[in-house]
Amino acid sequence: MSALSLAVRDSSTMLRRNLLHVRRYPSMTLNLLLTPIMLLLLFVYIFGDVMSAGIGGGGADRSAYIAYIVPGLLMMTIGSTVIGSAIAVSMDMTEGLIARFRTLAIYRGSLLVGHVVGGVLQVLASLVLVGAVAVAIGFRSTDATALEWLAAFGLLTLFSLALTWIAVGMGMASPNPEAASNMAMPLILLPLISSAFIPADTMPGWFQPIAEYQPFTPAIETLRGLLLGTEIGDNGWIAVAWCVGLSVLGYRWSTAQFNRDPK
Amino acid sequence: MTTTTSHSLAIAAKGLRKAYGDKTVLDGIDLAVPTGTVFSLLGPNGAGKTTAVKILSTLVTADAGELHVGGHDLAVAPQAVRAAIGVTGQFSAVDGLITGEENMLLMADLHHLPRQEGRRTAAELLERFDLTEAAKKPASTYSGGMKRRLDLAMTLVGDPRIIFLDEPTTGLDPRSRHNMWGIIRGLVADGVSVFLTTQYLEEADELADRIAVLHDGTIAAEGSAEELKRLVPGGHVRLRFTDPVAYRSAAAALREVTRDDEALTLQIPSDGSQRELRSILDWLDSAGVEADELTVHTPDLDDVFFALTGPTTSQSSQSKESVR
Repeated sequence: MSALSLAVRDSSTMLRRNLLHVRRYPSMTLNLLLTPIMLLLLFVYIFGDVMSAGIGGGGADRSAYIAYIVPGLLMMTIGSTVIGSAIAVSMDMTEGLIARFRTLAIYRGSLLVGHVVGGVLQVLASLVLVGAVAVAIGFRSTDATALEWLAAFGLLTLFSLALTWIAVGMGMASPNPEAASNMAMPLILLPLISSAFIPADTMPGWFQPIAEYQPFTPAIETLRGLLLGTEIGDNGWIAVAWCVGLSVLGYRWSTAQFNRDPK
Repeated sequence: MTTTTSHSLAIAAKGLRKAYGDKTVLDGIDLAVPTGTVFSLLGPNGAGKTTAVKILSTLVTADAGELHVGGHDLAVAPQAVRAAIGVTGQFSAVDGLITGEENMLLMADLHHLPRQEGRRTAAELLERFDLTEAAKKPASTYSGGMKRRLDLAMTLVGDPRIIFLDEPTTGLDPRSRHNMWGIIRGLVADGVSVFLTTQYLEEADELADRIAVLHDGTIAAEGSAEELKRLVPGGHVRLRFTDPVAYRSAAAALREVTRDDEALTLQIPSDGSQRELRSILDWLDSAGVEADELTVHTPDLDDVFFALTGPTTSQSSQSKESVR
Protein backbone atom coordinates (compact mmCIF):
# COMPACT_ATOMS: atom_id res chain seq x y z
CA MET A 1 0.00 0.00 0.00
CA SER A 2 1.35 3.40 -0.91
CA ALA A 3 2.09 5.91 1.82
CA LEU A 4 -0.78 8.17 0.75
CA SER A 5 -3.45 5.48 0.59
CA LEU A 6 -2.22 4.17 3.96
CA ALA A 7 -2.57 7.67 5.42
CA VAL A 8 -6.07 8.08 3.97
CA ARG A 9 -7.18 4.65 5.10
CA ASP A 10 -5.91 4.97 8.68
CA SER A 11 -7.20 8.51 9.04
CA SER A 12 -10.66 7.48 7.85
CA THR A 13 -10.62 4.57 10.32
CA MET A 14 -9.88 7.05 13.12
CA LEU A 15 -12.55 9.40 11.77
CA ARG A 16 -15.11 6.59 11.83
CA ARG A 17 -14.18 5.92 15.44
CA ASN A 18 -14.75 9.56 16.39
CA LEU A 19 -18.08 9.74 14.56
CA LEU A 20 -19.12 6.54 16.32
CA HIS A 21 -18.38 8.25 19.66
CA VAL A 22 -20.53 11.23 18.67
CA ARG A 23 -23.35 8.96 17.53
CA ARG A 24 -23.23 6.94 20.75
CA TYR A 25 -22.94 9.94 23.04
CA PRO A 26 -24.68 12.87 21.31
CA SER A 27 -25.31 14.59 24.65
CA MET A 28 -21.90 16.28 24.68
CA THR A 29 -22.34 17.84 21.24
CA LEU A 30 -25.88 18.92 22.10
CA ASN A 31 -24.70 20.46 25.40
CA LEU A 32 -22.12 22.52 23.57
CA LEU A 33 -24.86 23.68 21.17
CA LEU A 34 -27.01 24.97 24.02
CA THR A 35 -24.91 28.08 24.66
CA PRO A 36 -25.21 29.67 21.19
CA ILE A 37 -28.89 28.75 20.82
CA MET A 38 -29.71 30.05 24.29
CA LEU A 39 -27.85 33.31 23.63
CA LEU A 40 -29.64 33.68 20.30
CA LEU A 41 -33.07 33.36 21.92
CA LEU A 42 -32.07 35.50 24.91
CA PHE A 43 -30.75 38.39 22.86
CA VAL A 44 -33.62 38.33 20.36
CA TYR A 45 -36.62 37.81 22.64
CA ILE A 46 -35.51 39.27 25.98
CA PHE A 47 -32.97 42.00 25.12
CA GLY A 48 -34.07 42.36 21.53
CA ASP A 49 -36.13 45.59 21.72
CA VAL A 50 -33.44 47.57 23.51
CA MET A 51 -30.59 46.12 21.42
CA SER A 52 -32.29 46.81 18.10
CA ALA A 53 -33.04 50.38 19.18
CA GLY A 54 -29.29 50.77 19.80
CA ILE A 55 -27.96 49.49 16.48
CA GLY A 56 -30.52 50.73 13.97
CA GLY A 57 -30.18 54.40 14.92
CA GLY A 58 -33.52 54.29 16.75
CA GLY A 59 -36.02 53.09 14.19
CA ALA A 60 -34.91 49.47 13.65
CA ASP A 61 -37.22 46.63 14.62
CA ARG A 62 -36.42 43.27 16.09
CA SER A 63 -35.86 41.55 12.70
CA ALA A 64 -32.97 43.91 11.98
CA TYR A 65 -31.31 42.80 15.18
CA ILE A 66 -31.87 39.12 14.33
CA ALA A 67 -30.08 39.74 11.04
CA TYR A 68 -27.27 41.49 12.95
CA ILE A 69 -26.51 38.80 15.52
CA VAL A 70 -27.02 35.57 13.53
CA PRO A 71 -23.61 35.74 11.76
CA GLY A 72 -21.97 36.34 15.16
CA LEU A 73 -23.77 33.41 16.72
CA LEU A 74 -22.82 31.12 13.84
CA MET A 75 -19.16 31.95 14.53
CA MET A 76 -19.74 31.50 18.24
CA THR A 77 -21.21 28.06 17.51
CA ILE A 78 -17.87 27.12 15.99
CA GLY A 79 -16.03 28.33 19.09
CA SER A 80 -18.24 26.38 21.46
CA THR A 81 -18.45 23.14 19.46
CA VAL A 82 -14.67 22.72 19.09
CA ILE A 83 -14.41 22.44 22.89
CA GLY A 84 -15.70 18.91 22.27
CA SER A 85 -12.62 18.18 20.18
CA ALA A 86 -10.30 19.43 22.93
CA ILE A 87 -12.04 17.15 25.44
CA ALA A 88 -12.06 14.15 23.09
CA VAL A 89 -8.34 14.50 22.28
CA SER A 90 -7.47 14.87 25.95
CA MET A 91 -9.51 11.76 26.81
CA ASP A 92 -7.62 9.79 24.16
CA MET A 93 -4.24 11.01 25.37
CA THR A 94 -4.86 10.14 29.01
CA GLU A 95 -5.94 6.58 28.27
CA GLY A 96 -3.83 3.50 27.51
CA LEU A 97 -5.37 3.38 24.07
CA ILE A 98 -2.99 6.03 22.74
CA ALA A 99 -0.02 3.78 23.54
CA ARG A 100 -1.65 1.02 21.53
CA PHE A 101 -2.14 3.32 18.54
CA ARG A 102 1.48 4.47 18.74
CA THR A 103 2.77 0.89 18.61
CA LEU A 104 0.76 -0.03 15.51
CA ALA A 105 2.21 0.17 12.01
CA ILE A 106 -0.27 2.88 10.99
CA TYR A 107 0.05 6.38 9.55
CA ARG A 108 1.27 8.35 12.55
CA GLY A 109 -0.85 11.41 12.01
CA SER A 110 -4.07 9.43 11.58
CA LEU A 111 -5.31 10.01 15.11
CA LEU A 112 -4.97 13.81 14.83
CA VAL A 113 -6.37 13.94 11.29
CA GLY A 114 -9.31 11.81 12.42
CA HIS A 115 -10.00 14.23 15.27
CA VAL A 116 -9.70 17.31 13.08
CA VAL A 117 -11.90 16.04 10.25
CA GLY A 118 -14.39 14.65 12.76
CA GLY A 119 -14.35 17.95 14.65
CA VAL A 120 -15.01 20.02 11.51
CA LEU A 121 -17.89 17.74 10.47
CA GLN A 122 -19.38 18.10 13.95
CA VAL A 123 -19.10 21.88 13.77
CA LEU A 124 -20.78 21.94 10.35
CA ALA A 125 -23.66 19.82 11.67
CA SER A 126 -24.02 22.20 14.62
CA LEU A 127 -24.02 25.19 12.26
CA VAL A 128 -26.91 23.64 10.34
CA LEU A 129 -28.88 23.26 13.59
CA VAL A 130 -28.19 26.81 14.81
CA GLY A 131 -28.92 28.12 11.29
CA ALA A 132 -32.25 26.28 11.32
CA VAL A 133 -33.19 27.91 14.63
CA ALA A 134 -32.18 31.29 13.22
CA VAL A 135 -34.38 30.82 10.15
CA ALA A 136 -37.23 29.62 12.37
CA ILE A 137 -37.19 32.87 14.38
CA GLY A 138 -37.11 35.01 11.27
CA PHE A 139 -33.53 35.27 9.92
CA ARG A 140 -33.52 35.79 6.15
CA SER A 141 -30.65 36.29 3.73
CA THR A 142 -32.51 37.02 0.53
CA ASP A 143 -29.97 39.37 -1.04
CA ALA A 144 -27.01 36.97 -1.05
CA THR A 145 -26.02 35.46 -4.41
CA ALA A 146 -25.10 31.78 -4.84
CA LEU A 147 -21.45 32.79 -4.97
CA GLU A 148 -21.77 34.69 -1.69
CA TRP A 149 -23.42 31.68 -0.09
CA LEU A 150 -20.59 29.51 -1.30
CA ALA A 151 -18.03 31.97 0.08
CA ALA A 152 -19.90 32.09 3.41
CA PHE A 153 -19.82 28.30 3.60
CA GLY A 154 -16.12 28.34 2.72
CA LEU A 155 -15.39 30.90 5.43
CA LEU A 156 -17.31 28.95 8.07
CA THR A 157 -15.45 25.75 7.12
CA LEU A 158 -12.07 27.46 7.15
CA PHE A 159 -12.77 29.07 10.52
CA SER A 160 -13.93 25.68 11.87
CA LEU A 161 -10.72 24.06 10.65
CA ALA A 162 -8.58 26.74 12.30
CA LEU A 163 -10.32 26.57 15.68
CA THR A 164 -10.45 22.75 15.61
CA TRP A 165 -6.67 22.55 15.15
CA ILE A 166 -6.23 24.97 18.07
CA ALA A 167 -8.65 22.90 20.17
CA VAL A 168 -6.77 19.68 19.30
CA GLY A 169 -3.54 21.37 20.44
CA MET A 170 -5.24 22.40 23.70
CA GLY A 171 -6.46 18.82 24.19
CA MET A 172 -2.91 17.54 23.69
CA ALA A 173 -1.51 20.07 26.15
CA SER A 174 -4.00 19.29 28.92
CA PRO A 175 -3.32 16.71 31.61
CA ASN A 176 -7.00 15.65 31.76
CA PRO A 177 -10.35 16.31 30.05
CA GLU A 178 -11.44 18.84 32.72
CA ALA A 179 -8.33 20.91 32.12
CA ALA A 180 -8.93 20.67 28.37
CA SER A 181 -12.43 22.02 28.81
CA ASN A 182 -11.11 24.93 30.90
CA MET A 183 -8.29 25.69 28.50
CA ALA A 184 -10.74 25.89 25.61
CA MET A 185 -13.01 28.38 27.40
CA PRO A 186 -11.53 31.44 25.60
CA LEU A 187 -12.91 30.01 22.35
CA ILE A 188 -16.41 30.60 23.69
CA LEU A 189 -15.59 33.85 25.53
CA LEU A 190 -13.83 35.64 22.66
CA PRO A 191 -17.02 36.05 20.59
CA LEU A 192 -18.66 37.80 23.59
CA ILE A 193 -16.06 40.56 23.31
CA SER A 194 -16.24 40.76 19.51
CA SER A 195 -18.69 42.49 17.22
CA ALA A 196 -21.09 39.55 17.55
CA PHE A 197 -23.71 41.35 19.66
CA ILE A 198 -23.00 45.06 19.15
CA PRO A 199 -20.89 46.91 16.56
CA ALA A 200 -17.31 47.41 17.69
CA ASP A 201 -17.49 51.17 17.05
CA THR A 202 -20.26 51.55 19.68
CA MET A 203 -17.96 50.14 22.37
CA PRO A 204 -15.89 52.37 24.69
CA GLY A 205 -12.82 53.65 22.88
CA TRP A 206 -10.28 51.88 25.07
CA PHE A 207 -12.05 48.56 24.47
CA GLN A 208 -12.35 48.78 20.69
CA PRO A 209 -8.84 47.41 19.95
CA ILE A 210 -9.61 44.32 22.07
CA ALA A 211 -12.72 43.67 19.99
CA GLU A 212 -11.03 44.42 16.68
CA TYR A 213 -7.70 42.61 16.99
CA GLN A 214 -9.00 39.09 17.49
CA PRO A 215 -10.12 36.45 15.00
CA PHE A 216 -13.86 36.56 15.65
CA THR A 217 -14.56 40.19 14.68
CA PRO A 218 -13.13 40.12 11.13
CA ALA A 219 -14.67 36.67 10.54
CA ILE A 220 -18.09 37.86 11.77
CA GLU A 221 -17.91 41.09 9.74
CA THR A 222 -17.02 39.13 6.61
CA LEU A 223 -19.88 36.67 7.13
CA ARG A 224 -22.27 39.59 7.72
CA GLY A 225 -21.11 41.15 4.49
CA LEU A 226 -21.59 37.94 2.53
CA LEU A 227 -25.04 37.13 3.94
CA LEU A 228 -26.49 40.63 4.40
CA GLY A 229 -24.60 42.78 1.95
CA THR A 230 -22.89 45.06 4.52
CA GLU A 231 -19.45 46.52 3.87
CA ILE A 232 -16.68 43.87 4.14
CA GLY A 233 -13.65 46.02 3.38
CA ASP A 234 -10.34 44.55 4.59
CA ASN A 235 -12.10 42.16 6.94
CA GLY A 236 -12.23 39.41 4.29
CA TRP A 237 -8.47 39.17 3.93
CA ILE A 238 -7.87 39.63 7.63
CA ALA A 239 -10.31 36.81 8.42
CA VAL A 240 -8.66 34.44 5.93
CA ALA A 241 -5.22 35.35 7.33
CA TRP A 242 -6.41 34.58 10.87
CA CYS A 243 -7.80 31.21 9.70
CA VAL A 244 -4.62 30.22 7.88
CA GLY A 245 -2.41 31.45 10.73
CA LEU A 246 -4.38 29.65 13.44
CA SER A 247 -4.55 26.44 11.36
CA VAL A 248 -0.79 26.36 10.85
CA LEU A 249 -0.14 27.22 14.48
CA GLY A 250 -2.59 24.59 15.77
CA TYR A 251 -1.21 21.96 13.38
CA ARG A 252 2.40 22.62 14.37
CA TRP A 253 1.56 22.74 18.07
CA SER A 254 -0.47 19.51 17.97
CA THR A 255 1.99 17.47 15.92
CA ALA A 256 4.97 18.63 17.98
CA GLN A 257 3.23 17.49 21.14
CA PHE A 258 2.11 14.22 19.56
CA ASN A 259 5.59 13.36 18.33
CA ARG A 260 7.19 14.01 21.70
CA ASP A 261 8.05 10.86 23.68
CA PRO A 262 5.26 10.03 26.11
CA LYS A 263 6.21 9.99 29.79
CA MET B 1 14.09 -5.46 4.76
CA THR B 2 16.94 -5.02 7.16
CA THR B 3 19.15 -8.01 7.60
CA THR B 4 20.75 -8.84 10.89
CA THR B 5 22.88 -11.55 12.32
CA SER B 6 20.45 -12.26 15.14
CA HIS B 7 17.71 -14.09 13.25
CA SER B 8 17.12 -16.61 16.00
CA LEU B 9 16.51 -13.84 18.53
CA ALA B 10 13.07 -12.26 18.75
CA ILE B 11 14.45 -9.46 20.87
CA ALA B 12 18.09 -8.43 21.22
CA ALA B 13 19.29 -5.45 23.23
CA LYS B 14 22.88 -4.43 23.90
CA GLY B 15 23.72 -1.61 26.27
CA LEU B 16 20.14 -0.32 26.54
CA ARG B 17 20.29 2.96 28.38
CA LYS B 18 17.59 5.46 29.32
CA ALA B 19 17.53 8.37 31.74
CA TYR B 20 14.80 10.86 32.60
CA GLY B 21 16.65 13.98 33.66
CA ASP B 22 19.28 12.94 36.23
CA LYS B 23 17.47 9.71 37.03
CA THR B 24 18.98 6.75 35.20
CA VAL B 25 16.19 4.25 34.70
CA LEU B 26 18.04 1.67 32.60
CA ASP B 27 21.79 1.63 32.98
CA GLY B 28 23.06 -0.26 29.94
CA ILE B 29 21.22 -3.55 30.14
CA ASP B 30 21.61 -6.50 27.73
CA LEU B 31 18.64 -8.69 26.82
CA ALA B 32 18.35 -11.68 24.49
CA VAL B 33 15.02 -13.41 23.89
CA PRO B 34 15.21 -16.47 21.61
CA THR B 35 12.30 -16.84 19.18
CA GLY B 36 9.40 -18.84 20.56
CA THR B 37 10.29 -18.44 24.23
CA VAL B 38 8.89 -16.55 27.18
CA PHE B 39 11.22 -14.04 28.77
CA SER B 40 10.25 -12.43 32.02
CA LEU B 41 11.58 -9.18 33.35
CA LEU B 42 11.08 -9.25 37.08
CA GLY B 43 11.48 -6.37 39.45
CA PRO B 44 9.89 -4.23 42.12
CA ASN B 45 7.78 -1.18 41.27
CA GLY B 46 9.86 1.54 39.68
CA ALA B 47 12.70 -0.78 38.67
CA GLY B 48 12.36 0.22 35.00
CA LYS B 49 10.37 -2.73 33.66
CA THR B 50 7.75 -0.58 31.97
CA THR B 51 10.41 1.72 30.53
CA ALA B 52 12.11 -1.31 28.96
CA VAL B 53 8.81 -2.39 27.39
CA LYS B 54 8.06 1.13 26.17
CA ILE B 55 11.44 1.36 24.48
CA LEU B 56 11.36 -2.10 22.89
CA SER B 57 7.81 -1.52 21.64
CA THR B 58 8.83 1.78 19.90
CA LEU B 59 6.83 3.97 22.26
CA VAL B 60 9.82 5.78 23.72
CA THR B 61 13.28 6.25 22.22
CA ALA B 62 16.33 4.93 24.05
CA ASP B 63 19.29 7.15 24.90
CA ALA B 64 21.73 4.47 23.79
CA GLY B 65 21.86 0.83 22.86
CA GLU B 66 21.83 -1.51 19.90
CA LEU B 67 18.25 -2.73 19.79
CA HIS B 68 16.66 -5.28 17.47
CA VAL B 69 13.13 -6.59 17.61
CA GLY B 70 11.97 -9.20 15.11
CA GLY B 71 15.27 -8.72 13.29
CA HIS B 72 14.60 -5.01 12.69
CA ASP B 73 16.72 -2.20 14.08
CA LEU B 74 14.54 -0.05 16.34
CA ALA B 75 16.37 3.12 15.42
CA VAL B 76 16.22 2.53 11.66
CA ALA B 77 12.93 0.75 11.04
CA PRO B 78 10.47 1.37 13.88
CA GLN B 79 7.51 0.88 11.55
CA ALA B 80 8.77 -2.63 10.61
CA VAL B 81 9.12 -3.41 14.32
CA ARG B 82 5.55 -2.21 14.92
CA ALA B 83 4.30 -4.53 12.18
CA ALA B 84 5.90 -7.49 13.97
CA ILE B 85 4.81 -6.85 17.54
CA GLY B 86 1.73 -6.71 19.72
CA VAL B 87 1.67 -4.76 22.98
CA THR B 88 -0.58 -5.08 25.98
CA GLY B 89 0.37 -2.32 28.35
CA GLN B 90 -0.12 -1.96 32.05
CA PHE B 91 -3.12 0.32 31.65
CA SER B 92 -6.15 -0.92 29.84
CA ALA B 93 -5.86 0.08 26.19
CA VAL B 94 -9.45 -0.39 25.15
CA ASP B 95 -11.87 2.26 23.93
CA GLY B 96 -14.47 2.32 26.68
CA LEU B 97 -16.99 4.35 24.69
CA ILE B 98 -17.56 1.67 22.06
CA THR B 99 -18.45 -2.02 22.33
CA GLY B 100 -16.02 -4.92 22.61
CA GLU B 101 -16.86 -5.96 19.07
CA GLU B 102 -16.31 -2.43 17.75
CA ASN B 103 -12.94 -2.34 19.52
CA MET B 104 -11.98 -5.56 17.71
CA LEU B 105 -13.16 -4.26 14.33
CA LEU B 106 -11.24 -1.02 14.92
CA MET B 107 -8.08 -3.09 15.35
CA ALA B 108 -8.88 -5.14 12.25
CA ASP B 109 -9.23 -1.90 10.24
CA LEU B 110 -5.97 -0.53 11.64
CA HIS B 111 -4.25 -3.77 10.60
CA HIS B 112 -5.73 -3.27 7.12
CA LEU B 113 -7.53 -6.60 7.11
CA PRO B 114 -10.18 -7.02 4.41
CA ARG B 115 -13.69 -6.52 5.83
CA GLN B 116 -14.67 -10.20 5.75
CA GLU B 117 -11.43 -11.38 7.30
CA GLY B 118 -11.60 -8.65 9.94
CA ARG B 119 -15.09 -9.72 11.00
CA ARG B 120 -14.05 -13.36 11.12
CA THR B 121 -10.88 -12.63 13.15
CA ALA B 122 -12.82 -10.43 15.58
CA ALA B 123 -15.50 -13.08 16.09
CA GLU B 124 -12.93 -15.85 16.56
CA LEU B 125 -10.91 -13.92 19.13
CA LEU B 126 -14.00 -12.79 21.05
CA GLU B 127 -15.06 -16.44 21.18
CA ARG B 128 -11.59 -17.59 22.26
CA PHE B 129 -11.47 -15.04 25.07
CA ASP B 130 -14.99 -15.83 26.22
CA LEU B 131 -16.30 -12.37 25.33
CA THR B 132 -18.93 -13.26 22.72
CA GLU B 133 -21.77 -12.67 25.16
CA ALA B 134 -20.48 -9.21 26.12
CA ALA B 135 -19.45 -8.28 22.57
CA LYS B 136 -22.32 -5.83 22.03
CA LYS B 137 -21.84 -4.01 25.35
CA PRO B 138 -19.68 -0.89 25.81
CA ALA B 139 -16.19 -1.85 26.98
CA SER B 140 -16.46 0.62 29.89
CA THR B 141 -19.01 -1.74 31.48
CA TYR B 142 -16.57 -4.70 31.50
CA SER B 143 -15.01 -6.08 34.69
CA GLY B 144 -11.24 -5.83 35.20
CA GLY B 145 -10.64 -9.37 33.99
CA MET B 146 -12.85 -8.87 30.92
CA LYS B 147 -11.05 -5.64 30.04
CA ARG B 148 -7.69 -7.42 30.22
CA ARG B 149 -9.00 -10.21 28.00
CA LEU B 150 -10.37 -7.73 25.49
CA ASP B 151 -7.07 -5.85 25.65
CA LEU B 152 -5.12 -9.00 24.83
CA ALA B 153 -7.63 -10.05 22.16
CA MET B 154 -7.11 -6.64 20.49
CA THR B 155 -3.35 -7.17 20.64
CA LEU B 156 -3.72 -10.48 18.81
CA VAL B 157 -5.75 -9.13 15.87
CA GLY B 158 -2.75 -8.67 13.60
CA ASP B 159 -1.37 -12.11 14.53
CA PRO B 160 1.86 -10.63 15.97
CA ARG B 161 4.82 -13.01 16.38
CA ILE B 162 6.31 -11.07 19.29
CA ILE B 163 4.12 -9.97 22.16
CA PHE B 164 4.93 -7.58 25.00
CA LEU B 165 2.87 -8.05 28.14
CA ASP B 166 3.44 -5.41 30.79
CA GLU B 167 2.16 -6.77 34.11
CA PRO B 168 -0.74 -8.58 32.44
CA THR B 169 -2.27 -9.93 35.64
CA THR B 170 -1.80 -7.02 38.05
CA GLY B 171 -5.10 -6.38 39.77
CA LEU B 172 -6.76 -9.58 38.61
CA ASP B 173 -8.43 -12.07 40.94
CA PRO B 174 -6.83 -15.55 41.20
CA ARG B 175 -9.21 -17.17 38.74
CA SER B 176 -8.69 -14.48 36.10
CA ARG B 177 -4.96 -14.71 36.70
CA HIS B 178 -4.95 -18.44 36.04
CA ASN B 179 -7.09 -17.88 32.95
CA MET B 180 -4.56 -15.34 31.70
CA TRP B 181 -1.72 -17.79 32.30
CA GLY B 182 -3.58 -20.39 30.26
CA ILE B 183 -4.00 -17.89 27.44
CA ILE B 184 -0.31 -16.98 27.50
CA ARG B 185 0.70 -20.67 27.42
CA GLY B 186 -1.60 -21.08 24.41
CA LEU B 187 0.21 -18.28 22.60
CA VAL B 188 3.59 -19.82 23.29
CA ALA B 189 2.32 -23.16 21.99
CA ASP B 190 1.59 -21.34 18.70
CA GLY B 191 5.23 -20.28 18.51
CA VAL B 192 4.79 -16.69 19.65
CA SER B 193 7.67 -15.05 21.55
CA VAL B 194 6.57 -13.34 24.75
CA PHE B 195 8.28 -10.55 26.68
CA LEU B 196 6.59 -10.45 30.05
CA THR B 197 7.08 -8.09 32.95
CA THR B 198 5.72 -8.94 36.33
CA GLN B 199 6.20 -8.28 40.00
CA TYR B 200 4.78 -11.70 40.83
CA LEU B 201 7.54 -14.25 41.20
CA GLU B 202 5.06 -17.06 40.96
CA GLU B 203 4.02 -15.78 37.56
CA ALA B 204 7.57 -15.69 36.22
CA ASP B 205 8.15 -19.16 37.68
CA GLU B 206 4.99 -20.49 36.00
CA LEU B 207 5.47 -19.02 32.56
CA ALA B 208 9.00 -17.94 31.79
CA ASP B 209 11.79 -19.89 30.13
CA ARG B 210 14.23 -17.25 31.24
CA ILE B 211 13.98 -14.64 33.93
CA ALA B 212 15.96 -11.47 34.42
CA VAL B 213 15.77 -9.63 37.71
CA LEU B 214 15.89 -5.88 37.16
CA HIS B 215 17.08 -3.79 40.04
CA ASP B 216 18.26 -0.20 40.13
CA GLY B 217 18.45 -0.06 36.34
CA THR B 218 20.69 -3.09 35.93
CA ILE B 219 20.12 -6.82 35.54
CA ALA B 220 20.89 -8.21 38.98
CA ALA B 221 20.65 -11.83 37.83
CA GLU B 222 19.48 -13.79 34.83
CA GLY B 223 18.69 -17.44 34.15
CA SER B 224 15.98 -20.05 34.35
CA ALA B 225 13.87 -20.12 37.49
CA GLU B 226 15.90 -23.13 38.71
CA GLU B 227 19.23 -21.43 38.06
CA LEU B 228 18.13 -18.34 39.94
CA LYS B 229 16.94 -20.37 42.89
CA ARG B 230 20.35 -22.00 43.17
CA LEU B 231 21.93 -18.56 43.54
CA VAL B 232 20.67 -18.04 47.04
CA PRO B 233 20.97 -19.99 50.26
CA GLY B 234 17.82 -20.81 52.14
CA GLY B 235 17.19 -24.48 51.31
CA HIS B 236 16.36 -26.58 54.32
CA VAL B 237 14.63 -29.68 55.62
CA ARG B 238 11.78 -28.94 57.98
CA LEU B 239 10.70 -31.34 60.73
CA ARG B 240 7.30 -30.81 62.27
CA PHE B 241 6.17 -32.36 65.54
CA THR B 242 2.76 -32.56 67.14
CA ASP B 243 3.95 -33.73 70.56
CA PRO B 244 5.84 -31.00 72.52
CA VAL B 245 7.77 -33.65 74.46
CA ALA B 246 9.02 -35.33 71.27
CA TYR B 247 9.85 -31.87 69.89
CA ARG B 248 11.93 -30.90 72.93
CA SER B 249 13.90 -34.17 73.01
CA ALA B 250 14.56 -33.92 69.24
CA ALA B 251 15.73 -30.32 69.60
CA ALA B 252 18.06 -31.35 72.42
CA ALA B 253 19.43 -34.29 70.40
CA LEU B 254 20.01 -32.37 67.17
CA ARG B 255 21.38 -29.10 68.59
CA GLU B 256 22.71 -27.39 65.42
CA VAL B 257 19.25 -26.68 64.06
CA THR B 258 16.98 -23.66 63.93
CA ARG B 259 14.12 -23.99 66.39
CA ASP B 260 10.62 -22.66 66.13
CA ASP B 261 9.10 -23.41 69.54
CA GLU B 262 5.70 -21.95 68.60
CA ALA B 263 5.17 -24.15 65.56
CA LEU B 264 7.08 -27.11 66.99
CA THR B 265 9.30 -27.25 63.92
CA LEU B 266 13.02 -27.67 63.42
CA GLN B 267 14.95 -26.54 60.34
CA ILE B 268 18.10 -28.28 59.13
CA PRO B 269 20.08 -26.49 56.40
CA SER B 270 20.19 -28.52 53.16
CA ASP B 271 20.52 -27.98 49.44
CA GLY B 272 17.84 -30.60 48.87
CA SER B 273 20.09 -33.09 47.06
CA GLN B 274 19.50 -36.81 47.45
CA ARG B 275 22.90 -37.37 49.07
CA GLU B 276 22.35 -34.73 51.77
CA LEU B 277 18.82 -35.88 52.38
CA ARG B 278 20.03 -39.42 53.00
CA SER B 279 22.66 -38.30 55.47
CA ILE B 280 20.10 -36.21 57.32
CA LEU B 281 17.76 -39.20 57.54
CA ASP B 282 20.62 -41.38 58.82
CA TRP B 283 21.46 -38.74 61.40
CA LEU B 284 17.83 -38.53 62.54
CA ASP B 285 17.66 -42.32 62.82
CA SER B 286 20.82 -42.57 64.88
CA ALA B 287 19.57 -39.78 67.17
CA GLY B 288 16.28 -41.59 67.58
CA VAL B 289 14.23 -38.66 66.28
CA GLU B 290 10.91 -39.37 64.63
CA ALA B 291 9.10 -36.32 63.22
CA ASP B 292 5.42 -36.30 62.28
CA GLU B 293 6.17 -34.57 59.00
CA LEU B 294 9.29 -33.95 56.96
CA THR B 295 9.33 -31.42 54.12
CA VAL B 296 12.15 -30.35 51.84
CA HIS B 297 12.12 -26.62 51.19
CA THR B 298 14.09 -25.39 48.17
CA PRO B 299 14.54 -21.64 47.84
CA ASP B 300 11.72 -20.12 45.78
CA LEU B 301 11.90 -17.02 43.65
CA ASP B 302 10.72 -14.94 46.60
CA ASP B 303 14.01 -15.78 48.35
CA VAL B 304 15.93 -14.89 45.20
CA PHE B 305 14.03 -11.70 44.74
CA PHE B 306 14.57 -10.47 48.26
CA ALA B 307 18.21 -11.51 48.25
CA LEU B 308 18.87 -9.66 44.97
CA THR B 309 16.72 -6.59 45.36
CA GLY B 310 16.74 -6.15 49.12
CA PRO B 311 18.11 -3.03 50.78
CA THR B 312 21.36 -4.83 51.71
CA THR B 313 22.22 -5.40 48.04
CA SER B 314 21.65 -1.79 47.10
CA GLN B 315 23.71 -0.70 50.09
CA SER B 316 26.64 -2.87 49.10
CA SER B 317 26.41 -1.69 45.49
CA GLN B 318 26.36 1.87 46.75
CA SER B 319 29.46 1.32 48.84
CA LYS B 320 31.11 -0.30 45.82
CA GLU B 321 30.27 2.81 43.83
CA SER B 322 31.78 5.10 46.44
CA VAL B 323 34.96 2.98 46.46
CA ARG B 324 35.18 3.42 42.70
